[in-house]
Formats: sequence, C-alpha cells, structure tokens
Amino acid sequence: MIRLSVPFRQALSRLTLPVMLMLSLGIVLFGRADQNLGDHLRAGLDDLLAPAYQVIAGPIEALENGTGAIGNLFNLAHQNAQLRAENVKLLQWQAVAMALQAQNDALKSSLDFIPRPAPDFFTAPVVADLGGVYARSVLVATSPTDGIAPQNTLGAIAMDGRGIAGRVVEAGARSARVLLITDLNSRIPVGLGVKGSPALMVGTNGPDPKLLYWSPGQPPAEGDMVLSSTTGGAFPPGLPIGVVHYDAQNEPQVLPLANLDDLRLLRLFIYPNDQPQLTPIAKPGKPARSHKQPAA
Amino acid sequence: MRRPGMRRNPSFWRRLDSASRHAWPASCTIFGLFIIGLPLGIPGQAELRPAFAMACVFFWSLYRPASLPAPIVALTGILLDLLGLSPLGLWAVLLLLLQGSTLAARRRLAPQAFLLTWVSFIGLASLFSCLGWAFQSLLTLSLLPVVPLAVQVLACAGAYPALAGLFIRAHRGPAAGELA
Repeated sequence: MIRLSVPFRQALSRLTLPVMLMLSLGIVLFGRADQNLGDHLRAGLDDLLAPAYQVIAGPIEALENGTGAIGNLFNLAHQNAQLRAENVKLLQWQAVAMALQAQNDALKSSLDFIPRPAPDFFTAPVVADLGGVYARSVLVATSPTDGIAPQNTLGAIAMDGRGIAGRVVEAGARSARVLLITDLNSRIPVGLGVKGSPALMVGTNGPDPKLLYWSPGQPPAEGDMVLSSTTGGAFPPGLPIGVVHYDAQNEPQVLPLANLDDLRLLRLFIYPNDQPQLTPIAKPGKPARSHKQPAA
Repeated sequence: MRRPGMRRNPSFWRRLDSASRHAWPASCTIFGLFIIGLPLGIPGQAELRPAFAMACVFFWSLYRPASLPAPIVALTGILLDLLGLSPLGLWAVLLLLLQGSTLAARRRLAPQAFLLTWVSFIGLASLFSCLGWAFQSLLTLSLLPVVPLAVQVLACAGAYPALAGLFIRAHRGPAAGELA
C-alpha cells in the first residue's frame, strides 16, 4: 500500500467528489454526443446479466410454479372457479373458431390465396424487468446456440401467447432488450377494425397505449380489433395487438392483449427485411418514382 | 501476548475481515440494484430502483462516508442509467449531488432523531427526483408524465424506514470497520 502524508490524503479525499462530479457531467455530455456509447455499454451489461438473472430466477420460478406472483398461492380456490368458468366459454369459442377456420380455408382456396412464408422465430425467457421510471422494457435471455446472429435479432417482434408485446431494440450475444408497446418512445402504425383503417398507437408509460392520427371520418370504434400494419415497413400486417376502448376522458386507448405486467416467455419473430413501404425514400440523384408513374 | 497501543501487522484473516466490512455498503448497494431487476411483478418496481440507490447513498454518506466513496456512487449511478434506460450519466450526477449535500449537512443531521433524518431524506429525494424529471423532459423536449415521479417520491418515503432498519443493524454489525 502506498503511504501518503496526512494533508495530501485529506486533500485527495476532499477532491474526489468534485472530480467524480465533473467526470459524470462529462459522461452525460459524451453520452449525448455519441448515442452508441450508451447502447454498447448497455448491451454489454445485459449480456453479462442475462445468464446471472437466469440462475437466480430459476428457484423463484420453481417456488411460484411458473404462474405469476407468489400471491397467487393464496387465492387458488377463487382462481380455480374462474378458470372453470373461462374454460366453458373458451370451449364455445373453440367451436366458433373451428367453423371460421374451415370457412377461411374454403375462401382462401377459392381465391387462390398465396400464404406468406412463416417467419423464423424462437422462444426466450424474460429474465429481468429492466424498465426505468420513464421507460418500459424487459430483458430476455437468448442463447448463442439458437444459431441466430444478434444483428438479425435486432428489430424482431416479441409476442407473448396472445399479442404483440414489443420490439427488440438492443441485441447482444446472450441477451436482447425488448421495448414494450407501453413505452413513451413506442410508436406503432396499426390498422383498426375490419377495414384496417390506419392509426398510430402511442405508448404513454401507463398500462394502455393511446391512439392518434386516425383518418378523418373513420374514428376508432369501441371494441375494434387493433392489428399491426405495414405502414413504415417495421411490422408485418395483421398481428394482434389489442382492442379499442374509450377511457373516462373519451379518448381512444388500446387494451393490449399481451399480459405486459407479467411477461414470462416471449416468442421473437424475425421477419424478412423486405416489408412493403408506403412512402419510398427518394435517393439523391435518382428521380423519385412509384406513385407518379401510372399517371404518365 | 497482545500489548495495547502497539501497532501489529494484521493477519490475513483480520485484513479480509476488515476489507469485507468496508466493502459491505458498496456491494449491498450494487447487488440490490440487480435484485430489483428480477421479474417479481411488484407494482412500482421500476421506481423502487432509484429510490433504493438514493436511500443507500443518503444513509451511508450520513453515518459511514468512508464506506461509500464518490467513485462507487458514480458507478452506482451509471449502473442505474444502464439498467433503467435513462440518459447515460444522469443518475451518476444526481447521486453525487445527493452525496455532496448529505455530507454538507452531516454534522447537523447525524446526531438528530430518526424522524428528522427521514423527513430530510424525503426532501432531498424529492428534490433530486424532480431534477431528474426536469432534465429528462429537457432532453426529450417533451413534458414527461408526473405520475411516475410521484410514485418514485412515495417509494423513497416508504422504502427508507425499512432500509434504514436493515442498514442500522449492518452499521453496528457486518459493516462496522472498527470491530474488525
């Protein structure tokens, strides 16, 4: 150990706080100037943490039987009754769904419908709920043995059993961070109802995202199904997101189908990167074509 | 035979004991940040993380400042930013400012009763939570929702007595460097 004189050591201890403060301010400025720095550090940390979280989360999940919070153990009887009632209802829906499926198949065959190729997907456990105060995201553990490169995972669409939960915004070798649809920065183009009338679903940091920019004359109707839309080219069409609901202020919201408060497993769908784009980006030097051409 | 007043070269185990006692507050702070990330489904879990960090920094700066030096506080802040998706370095600055103001008020605050330290922690925590909210609103050029801010202040107020109870025990036991 280095021996320092007492006055020098006192001066050093008095200086650490201001020096660290200046350094942190420098990091803030540097992080603003170079957004990639924060993303790289975060991806590295996530990669380190994901296996550790997986180890810790194992016993907890075993304790919970993989079914939500520990509190579930206390109202088993009530949940049982609820599940039985729900099961009866679901069996009725199953009959309806089978009839509809048969009808759908018949219609498709008479239209010579060409199905879209199924996307690559893999299932990943949610190991940590790493949202901030003004951000909603979860960390999923991916394994390098899935054979999917991290750059392909970036932009993958995360769905739980029922609907879209979010989109992968950062991917490392062993982890991926999914930005949930409730995050403040989430903007997802959606189609509403049977006609698929366009609107934008905007996260509010609360449990239910709101709807903006629907076409005039086609306001979202209560109970309309909200599906993803290809506008902007980030999402494939027709994935279920939620149901339209008007809140107490009479503003349309989306009640998400995915159970965003208690995500356990997510399926990450990697869609090919050639979704149709509504507005082609004109490259400098080349004249913009597409929608003007038919007029000629 | 031990002679009081004479400096002896401490044994390996003694030094290990002393080091672990000095490292207790810092390691507990950093480990706690990770634990709060577990998907436990507790409402307000995201708001609890900064509240926990602020309570740790406040308590240890007040009662055992040598155990939580400024570089550890800066590291805690950066980890908080990386885990919680806030702008990089923001919480490092806020936690260091919290530590600075706690150290400045230390001589008056440390001998006071628990209730007064609790109230002053709530004051400081709400001040720095508001600063963080204002700074992030400025960076995104939009007014961020205030409900999470209120939840964060409530989490600070609620978590401090429980954490302080734990820390006071540690302060007298496993974190007490003078007992090594």
